[in-house]
Parts: sequence; C-alpha cells; structure tokens
Amino acid sequence: MNEGWTWLTDGDNWHGPDGIPTRVAEHLGYSLLILLIAVAIGVPLGLLIARTGNPLAFTVISVANAFRALPTLGLLVLIYLLTTGGDSAALIPLIALAVPPILLNTYEGIRQVEPQIRDAASGMGMTGLQILLRVELPIAVPLLMLGVRTAAVQVVATATVAAYINLGGLGGYIMDGVLLQEYGTVVGGSVLVVILAIAVQLSFTLLGRVLTPKGLRQKS
Amino acid sequence: MPEDEPLIRWDWIQDHYGLFGDLTFLHLKLALLPILFGLLVSVPLGVLCARWRWLYPPVLTAVNILYAVPSLALFLFLIDYFGLEIWTVVIPLTLYTLSVLVPNVVDGLRQVPEHVRQAATAMGYTPLRRLVAVELPIAVPVIIAGLRVATVSNISLVSLGAIIGIGGLGSLFKTGFDLQFTTPVIAGIVLIVLLAVVFDLVLVALQRLLTPWSAR
Repeated sequence: MNEGWTWLTDGDNWHGPDGIPTRVAEHLGYSLLILLIAVAIGVPLGLLIARTGNPLAFTVISVANAFRALPTLGLLVLIYLLTTGGDSAALIPLIALAVPPILLNTYEGIRQVEPQIRDAASGMGMTGLQILLRVELPIAVPLLMLGVRTAAVQVVATATVAAYINLGGLGGYIMDGVLLQEYGTVVGGSVLVVILAIAVQLSFTLLGRVLTPKGLRQKS
Repeated sequence: MPEDEPLIRWDWIQDHYGLFGDLTFLHLKLALLPILFGLLVSVPLGVLCARWRWLYPPVLTAVNILYAVPSLALFLFLIDYFGLEIWTVVIPLTLYTLSVLVPNVVDGLRQVPEHVRQAATAMGYTPLRRLVAVELPIAVPVIIAGLRVATVSNISLVSLGAIIGIGGLGSLFKTGFDLQFTTPVIAGIVLIVLLAVVFDLVLVALQRLLTPWSAR
C-alpha cells in the first residue's frame, strides 16, 4: 500500500505522454466511445424488440444474456491474434460487454409502461411513433439509465484489461507493474481505476436523476 | 500469427483433455464458492434491510460502490495478503456477488403482498417462521434472478484472474497470447460460455423446483 502511495504522489508520474492525466484521458476517451456505440446499438434494438414482442424479443434477449458470459480477456486475445493487433480490436469485446445491460433495461423499461397510459396517449390522437418517443421512452428513462450506468461502470473497470494487448489507458500501469514486478505502480494504477469507476458510477447516477422527467422522480 | 495456421488445431485439443478437465474444475471452484459465500451473507443482510428500512440506503450505497470496484484491481490488492491462493480471486468475486444479490433479496422480500403477511400472522406464524416459510419462498424468483446474473458474470470474470496467474480456464487465454496461437483461446471461450449456459439452466431448474406453484 505504501509503495502505491509513493508512486501516486511522485510528481514525475503526473506529466508527459505516460503521465497520469494523459492516461486517465485515454481511459475515459476509450470508455466513452465504447459506451456511445453501445447506446447506439442497445437502445434502438431494445425499443424495437419491446415493440415487436415475443419470438424476436425472446431470441434477442437470450443472445444478449449469452453475451454476458463471454470472457472479455479471451475475446480480446482472440481478436488481437486474428487482426494482428489493431487498436480498434480492443473496442469490440468491450462493446459486447456494454450492449446487453443497455438493451435489456431499455426493453424492460418500455415493457413496464402501463397499458392505460398507452391507451390514454392513443386516445389523445398520438401516433405510434409519438407514443414511443414522447410517452414510453420518457417513462423508461430511469431503468434505461440504470442500464447505461451498469454498462459504463463495467466498461471503465474492464477497459483496464485492454492493456493486456498493449493498449494504454490506466490498465497500462497495472500490466507494466505486474510484468516488471513494480508493486507501487500496480497499486497506484489500481487505486486510480477504482476512483475513476466510482466517479463514473456517481456521475451516471446523477445524470439518470437529471434525465428522469419531473413527474416521475421519486420523493425520497 | 503465421498465414497457414488454422483457427483451431484439433490435435492440440485432443492432447490437452486432461488440462481442460483440471482447469474446468478449478474454474468452477473459483466462480461458485463466491456465489455460496455471497448467498450466505446477502440473505441475512437483505432480511435485516427489509425489516429495518433505514438500514437499506447506506447498505445499498456500499454495495453499489463495491460493484464499481474493478475485480482486477481487487485481485492485485489481495495478492499482498493472500499471495497466489484462491482467496485472492474468491474474495473480490464474493463482494461482487453481494452487490448483485443484496438488492434482489431486499426487492424480493418487499414485494411480498401485505395481505399474505397478515394472513400468515393470523394463522399463528411467529415472525421467524413467517419469514422462512412464507416470505423467503415468495422472494425466491427474484433472488434466483440475481443468482443467475451473478453466476454468469462470475464464471466469465474468473478468467481475468489469469492476469495474476489464478484464472482457471482463463489461463488458456494467456497460453494463447504467449504462443500466438488461437486454439487454446477459442477452447477457453467455448468452455466458459458452455459452463455459464449449463449453470444458468441449473438455476432455472432450481427455481422451478423451489416454486412449483409458479410453473407454467
């Protein structure tokens, strides 16, 4: 632990291309890109299967659940070996990790909208698309954002593993430390990942609250 | 990877059946012990949180933070205390299991309808007997839903332990990476997904068994 503290407080580790701020920015950059792609896949797909219902929904949900079982490290190494080490290779396993919680929560969020609300909206003359975007989607926001938060935390935590195939980010410190047996670097890098993951968790909790329509916010 | 290398070399797989067996056994031990420990802690903790409402918000915050802590980072911290023993992997995964299970136990208990609780009391059930014979059985589907998520995630997460040298089937990924050879990597992925699917089905079957009244 002490070695980790020494490493974290050493001024030399705080600038340059391998400095902590650069690595944190790298790590967040990757994570954000992955999350955006996952949202772009997960949300529309979740809306689609919530709308079309049974056979398709069942298939997509089963596949999404099976995705959870895919070991990120294994996929990462496999894609690395097959593509001889392209940078974008590391994105694919992490996207595979992030899509299922977003997709499943979008689906659940839309499904739990009460039928009376849907009927009321169509009674007011709203079209199917209007009901989806202006009634169902806002009601689904709390659950949907919970899925996005879960995905964000998992991506930030697991992006560490990307360093196994030399991809930088904060995991780079951990992997280099393990390799060179520099324990201070390992502990320091791990502490940074933990702090970052908790910060992401809190930011997304807050974002979820802000995005939830006023009428749905729980008074606690 | 050399151009003429096939994706899977079946002869390598045939030569390593024994290794697969050993790694699968170790993998299951690393993934399922945390489930057992997690269940042993989260059921009493969840019961307490459902009973005393003020206890739940702080506990929920604590498990949410635990969930955010990357398992790889915890593995590395614990090497200092436990060395390269299974506990270094089992403890972080237990904490992870807790963070998934505690909310499910609480939600499961909270959704027990009030009239059911009152009926049990009126029939002369003591609070403890009511909990064990009425409330917990009603909460089983929600608890098992949490168990399924935790089990599948744990089976996949164990492989990260390979980075520190205790990864069960994950060590096949390291072998593949070091030898620049796809066969062990593919074998590892397939076996891990297979284990996850099998144990998911076991839990579904367990749920049917424990809640015969909800069978469709």
